[in-house]
Amino acid sequence: MTPATGGAAPAAPPRTFDPRAVRTQFPIFREPRDRPLLYLDSAATSQKPDAVLATMDRYYATCNANIHRGIYRIAEEATAAYEDARRRVAAFIGASPREVIFTRNSTEALNLVARAYGGWALKSGDAVLLTEMEHHSNLVPWQLLAAERGLELRFLRVTGDGELDLSALPGLLADGRVKIVSFVHVSNVLGTVNPAAEIARAARAAGAVTVVDASQSVPHMPVDVRALGCDFLAFTGHKMLGPTGIGVLWGRRDLLEAMPPFLGGGEMIREVSLTAAKWNDLPWKFEAGTMPIAEAVGLGAAVDWLRELGMDAVFAHDRALAAEALGRLAEVPGVRVLGPPAGRRGGVVAFTFEGIHPHDVATVLDADGVCVRAGHHCAMPLHEALGVPASTRASFHCYSMSEELDALVAGLHRARKVFLG
Amino acid sequence: MSGLEDLYRENILDHYRHPRHHGTLEAPDVSYEDANPLCGDRIRMDFRIRDGRIAEVRFTGTGCSISQAAASMLCERLEGMSLEEARALSRDDVLDMIGIELGPVRLKCALLALKTLKAGLYGLAGWPGEDEDEERR
Repeated sequence: MTPATGGAAPAAPPRTFDPRAVRTQFPIFREPRDRPLLYLDSAATSQKPDAVLATMDRYYATCNANIHRGIYRIAEEATAAYEDARRRVAAFIGASPREVIFTRNSTEALNLVARAYGGWALKSGDAVLLTEMEHHSNLVPWQLLAAERGLELRFLRVTGDGELDLSALPGLLADGRVKIVSFVHVSNVLGTVNPAAEIARAARAAGAVTVVDASQSVPHMPVDVRALGCDFLAFTGHKMLGPTGIGVLWGRRDLLEAMPPFLGGGEMIREVSLTAAKWNDLPWKFEAGTMPIAEAVGLGAAVDWLRELGMDAVFAHDRALAAEALGRLAEVPGVRVLGPPAGRRGGVVAFTFEGIHPHDVATVLDADGVCVRAGHHCAMPLHEALGVPASTRASFHCYSMSEELDALVAGLHRARKVFLG
Repeated sequence: MSGLEDLYRENILDHYRHPRHHGTLEAPDVSYEDANPLCGDRIRMDFRIRDGRIAEVRFTGTGCSISQAAASMLCERLEGMSLEEARALSRDDVLDMIGIELGPVRLKCALLALKTLKAGLYGLAGWPGEDEDEERR
């Protein structure tokens, strides 16, 4: 469970860590292979430390039972483990456990907000403000709702530097019809860290509720929901060293109390007759059916592990690698990096390569064991706005090393040779 | 590394750098465009049909080397073919032309041109063996 700080007691800030030591705690990097695993796709999903896998194994081996139901001992233990994980996750984002709802992933969390809150609070003629920078998971749920309810969708545009054009924000909010502002905290393509608190303040002043897609921020930087001043916040476990199948929606308690449930079924009810039901208390009102219990417990372990490593240190590490990557990529002729300069981005670097399609780039890199993402990264409108059909993306987490950037750059030079002769 | 030379054999790079039958036809008898939503590969094919044969074919597109080289190789084969022959072309015919082993994602790139051809010649209603073409990927 102890992250690699040399086994010493946690030092005073600013904390740093050695990614080589961190890696030793990830079985996937210890696995013998015919070529090294150079994993630069953590924005898609992160790798998992021993602590998370062991905690999940232990849950299944010692107290697997359905939660909130059994009267017997292991059922009580399972319930305690699940609710304990919720408390850890809540503390991780400065929230109350009552406001932390487990979901399947960010996508489900955003659909929950769109359906249960948006479907309840918005009426025809209202508007939802999104941005051009969104992942499809924060576009499509609103498109579905807009079509059904006759809502208008408005968009904050992206500047040539890959940042939100906030100068348009007052104008977009001016007529008071925008009731929800939903936007990404850190872009999964550009790495841009958006000024979430500033946007939330403006939205609130205009009478709109703020939804933050924190899929790429909570896993990589300190996030405090009270400091952000937002109303809802969504993130997913598998990008923060936890398992797949578990995500989180945080919501302001008064809104969660007022809005109707999302899915109906067992566990989310207090009392059911043949024709009606009364809802359970928060947060269980939004957790219908048997939840991914082991996954929630695993996410609790991931959160502990990250806290010990220090989220300030993780963010500093990611940003340092991103800055180094920007410098190194500038040495490769034909490579154009998308997005803002190093100071304003997290650990994500996407780029185009003149004359070479991202699929070909990724295939050449794969021959050296370098794993990158190629395509539109579930952000087609953003690529459209940037005028590129697709891009290649390298992204980092606490186990990422400079040496992986060496392999990336060497692979890009090789791709040039293969395709451009 | 050996895998790379196998994948990007000279014939693929040659077709990618110097695509055959590249361009468009004026007033084509059949024109069809298809795309691979996963990676944004896009191919348009124009056909001139005379006496039940493909008299002329041109393609344009954007995408990776595999998708564009496969389109170029396929077009090279198509001119002069009867419509029946063209309709009978299979996934394996295309893979034979390319001549390399492909993983599941790149297979979709390789088969985009065939999909464009079939949809163009059969229309949108689907074609015999379509499911087989898709599923065996």
